[in-house]
Amino acid sequence: MMKDMIPGFDLFQPTEIESALELLDRFGEDGWALAGGYDSLDWFKNRGKHPEAVIDLQGLTGLNGILEGPNGVEIGALTTLTEIEHNSIIRERFGLLAEAASKVASPQIRNAGTLGGNLCQDARCWYYRYGVSCYRAGGNTCYASAPDALNREHALFGVNRCVAVTPSDTAVALVTLDAEMVIRNSGGERIVNAEDFFMKPSADITRMTVLEAGDLLTAIRIPNTWAGADFYFEKVTDRNSWDFALVSVASAIKNSADQIDDARIVCGAVQCIPRRLENVEVMIRGRVRNENTAAQAGALAVQEAEPLNYNHFKIPLMENLVKRAVRG
Amino acid sequence: MSDTDAFEPVQTARALSSAVGHSDTAVIMSETKPEWSRRNFIKGVIASGVTVSGAVYFGPALTRPNLLSAQGVERLVALNINGQTRRVDVLPGETLAMTLRYKLGLTGTKLGCDRGECGACTVIISGTTHYSCSTLTQRVRDREITTVEGLESPDGKLHPVQQAFIDELGPQCGFCTPGQVMSAVALLEANPNPTRSEARIAMSGNLCRCGAYDHYLNGVMRAAEESQNG
Repeated sequence: MMKDMIPGFDLFQPTEIESALELLDRFGEDGWALAGGYDSLDWFKNRGKHPEAVIDLQGLTGLNGILEGPNGVEIGALTTLTEIEHNSIIRERFGLLAEAASKVASPQIRNAGTLGGNLCQDARCWYYRYGVSCYRAGGNTCYASAPDALNREHALFGVNRCVAVTPSDTAVALVTLDAEMVIRNSGGERIVNAEDFFMKPSADITRMTVLEAGDLLTAIRIPNTWAGADFYFEKVTDRNSWDFALVSVASAIKNSADQIDDARIVCGAVQCIPRRLENVEVMIRGRVRNENTAAQAGALAVQEAEPLNYNHFKIPLMENLVKRAVRG
Repeated sequence: MSDTDAFEPVQTARALSSAVGHSDTAVIMSETKPEWSRRNFIKGVIASGVTVSGAVYFGPALTRPNLLSAQGVERLVALNINGQTRRVDVLPGETLAMTLRYKLGLTGTKLGCDRGECGACTVIISGTTHYSCSTLTQRVRDREITTVEGLESPDGKLHPVQQAFIDELGPQCGFCTPGQVMSAVALLEANPNPTRSEARIAMSGNLCRCGAYDHYLNGVMRAAEESQNG
């Protein structure tokens, strides 16, 4: 167990968001915001990250809870995945998110894991997690796309040096629901669309989200746009519990009697960010929701896929998931 | 017992605890018994019920010179464990599993993977299950913690879940059992009459390498049934 002990750090437990932001400012790159702790503690135990100060957000009670307003729902970033899974407002109006939250990891992890933490978790590529100096870690190579690399779980699309995929299930649901991320720092507050919150490696390879040192994701707002739409969520994993997605799909579809009026379809674990299938959305709009439309949607979804050595299987998997999502 | 210079952090922890005036901290390693083993060490802790500094286990990485960080958390804390208040010296980066096993002698809680990937260390914190290997002790100071040691009634009668697991032959090697028990207890407290599929989901955060999942599941259903009848 010696190797698993966490190297020393100072632990701060602010109860006001202002103090938390001040601490994040004071320590900058040497500070670490701690929410549920499941991603953080692994990094510390594996000696992957060595923060000087850990700022425990648990005491910020203002960041916890689900509020319903006239324009939608606001979820505090520290709300646990278990709370989201069981919350009646979320279940009734945005069942897609409740479903996605219920598929994260295991019950114990959902009891502590927060929505904010789930969205901000780091890439799960094991070469990167192993501590090698890859592009994402600031180096100049990608071990996961080397000729003999094991990359069964890696990306099909949008590869730019790094081939890691988005690990978050709730991210896929929130991009589908057109959510907004509320970000605060000591300078004030800004709002970023869920779709723009996640960072493409082509923009900044060392970050998973737009958050910079000193920034804190404080809330997630879901507008009424897709409330009560016809939702579909499916996550395919190797194991029924605990696992990250091999491919996941989330969709929100508005139907009238004989046609699809509007749609959002997003896939997880096929690209570094949640992959919104805009071409499929455009294609199915106005079409009858049937087997034929579904088959065409599936085929279109995977048209630009570029598999690595070991992840060809993700192409038919993704095609079938999109097909199911459109068929309903 | 005499102090030994070889364990300086133990001394400082002891000095610190005497400085704040509680006496349940003792050093159980002495120069006269140099041949202590891990098992004896843990047994000694259990037998005397004392709080010891985990310096031997934690190694130099954690024994930072600043015992009380000026602005960070205080190291001397009181935890509510199994209905008792336990005072203990807790480092900022210390996990609850470490505190329970190596400082409080509550070795019923097992450490399997130490990464939140197996469930052996499951405890109940304020009604919900958590992996104690991935919970900082400093974050549960104000919470009610229940470990497997806290389930038995004072007259020695096993918790219905424990008894049902025995009756249904749940444990094989037994290493995952304390965690399985805690998940089942938390489920039945929240939902005394679960369906089999609800129970399956509630138990899905606990691995069993012997593969006795169905036995445990039978045990949960039996415990639910017997609690209803009894």
